[in-house]
Amino acid sequence: MSDRDTTSLLTPQLEPEMDTLNPEAAPPPSRGRQMTLNMGPQHPSTHGVLRLELELDGETIVKAKPDIGYLHTGIEKEFEAKTYQQSVTLTDRIDYLAPLSNNLCYCLAAEKLLQLEIPDHAQWMRVMLVEFTRLNSHLVWLGTHAIDIGAMSVFLYCFREREEILRIFEMFSGQRMMTSYIRIGGLALAAPRGWQNRVKKFVDMFPSKIDEYEDLLTNNRIWIGRTRNVGYIALEDMLDLGVTGPMIRAAGLPWDARKTQPYSSYEKFDFEVPTRTENDVYARYQVRIEEMRQSCKIIRQALEGMPEGNFQADAPGIVLPEREKMKTQMEALIYHFKIVTEGFRVPEGEVYQVIESPRGELGYYMVSDGTTKPYRVHIHGPSFGNLQAVPKLIEGTQVADVIAAIGSMDFVLGDCDR
Amino acid sequence: MLPESLQQYPVAQALAAFDADAILGGKFDRGELTLEIDAAKIVPVCMHLKTEEKFIRCGDVTALDYYPAEPRFVVVYHLHSLARNERLRLKCRISGQNPAVDSVTGVWRGTNWFEREAFDLFGIQFRNHPDLTRIMMPDGWEGHPLRKDYPVTGNRV
Repeated sequence: MSDRDTTSLLTPQLEPEMDTLNPEAAPPPSRGRQMTLNMGPQHPSTHGVLRLELELDGETIVKAKPDIGYLHTGIEKEFEAKTYQQSVTLTDRIDYLAPLSNNLCYCLAAEKLLQLEIPDHAQWMRVMLVEFTRLNSHLVWLGTHAIDIGAMSVFLYCFREREEILRIFEMFSGQRMMTSYIRIGGLALAAPRGWQNRVKKFVDMFPSKIDEYEDLLTNNRIWIGRTRNVGYIALEDMLDLGVTGPMIRAAGLPWDARKTQPYSSYEKFDFEVPTRTENDVYARYQVRIEEMRQSCKIIRQALEGMPEGNFQADAPGIVLPEREKMKTQMEALIYHFKIVTEGFRVPEGEVYQVIESPRGELGYYMVSDGTTKPYRVHIHGPSFGNLQAVPKLIEGTQVADVIAAIGSMDFVLGDCDR
Repeated sequence: MLPESLQQYPVAQALAAFDADAILGGKFDRGELTLEIDAAKIVPVCMHLKTEEKFIRCGDVTALDYYPAEPRFVVVYHLHSLARNERLRLKCRISGQNPAVDSVTGVWRGTNWFEREAFDLFGIQFRNHPDLTRIMMPDGWEGHPLRKDYPVTGNRV
């Protein structure tokens, strides 16, 4: 930290440093020997178990090599041994910040194979909960990213609101994190009594909380000094390397699967896809802040326009029957027994379902061979594609900017390693 | 040759015009277009799709194992065109004996890790790949876990 001590942070350089902005610039001349620095897998700012091998020349990164796989748990293999409905619980555990997004993507893929119609009420409820998930994920990102850069208090503010979101999840599903609330054919349970009040209280309160975060950061000179003109990567490189999500939108491309390939009746909601053109860490921060406002808007629309109806599709062989019917009707009892012991058969075929998770494009490739267990489920987690761009993102920059740059990607290693 | 039923899809047509022999089959199912490509021609086909048909992204590369059938493996590519707002799935069948296919990292750099994952978990060689090493499993690991003949229970001896 000899070149950039703390006093230089207090007087931010708003003029871009040439070699951090121009990706084609040659690395500065060598000042002697190079050293290799191992960052991670236990480094707190790598948010999990990412290991970076950095080759340094002074404080400049000459070469960076991400090493992943520390969290590989063989989830894709496990899918092949479980019935379709059992596997929903596995999808929770892929990305601990966005369990409902993974639930949704998995269920949409299975429903596409089954060609199942989902009632409007369930679809809207799914949209509302997935937007809560986006808020949850962005809040954790903002809090931890700020703490990485040195703004301790933002973390406490963000977790205060996140706690309320987790309580809403608990109210719906009985679980704070591993919700498994979205099931093939609809939802696991009917919405709890009084959910409207709880959600309304949250959406009334939340926009003012976003203002609070912005008061703490948006015009904060230290924050600007640490994030503006840091972490530049060209849009063409990102598209080529498989980067998706807020990173792309902070480079000016309004690509969001919720708009381009709407699913679960997103086309009925009125919201905007925020973009910035600066393509730096600060722009990614602004995009996510604006996405939180838009999510809040979607939740309010879902709350106010929630259609009446059933929370599950009318598909007796696939959706578990109501408890009451099971006790009085023979067919319901048989269906229950068959679904629980054997599962349901899914017609042969293959689908690739894409949704916009908080981190970017989440894809589930599901192949069925006509039995009760999937032949293969492949998960394309957004973090996997995003992390691939790490060398391009940080090579040629300073060590002190690594934390800010990789933090702005918002990756979850479980999502990457699966 | 392009199947009769797929003549109506512009991408399939364009690809047939480029190299009709490269297409071995295909289907349109549940709103998704799949084309089966001759494994020997995957790189020129991908290059054509990227430069001429605007498929600037390769969203995913993975594999399927149809053990004990032969040809055993299928390599699956999911392409995405932002300009056309379309997705396309390409499939290549390859043999279970020394499974290998040409790498498409020269077309999309982002397929580097996707192909490494398929190599690691299925044992498929990607020729001309710049860094074909294990990515998920430890370096010294034996076997390829996502193969259908890989044991799921038991002890290592």
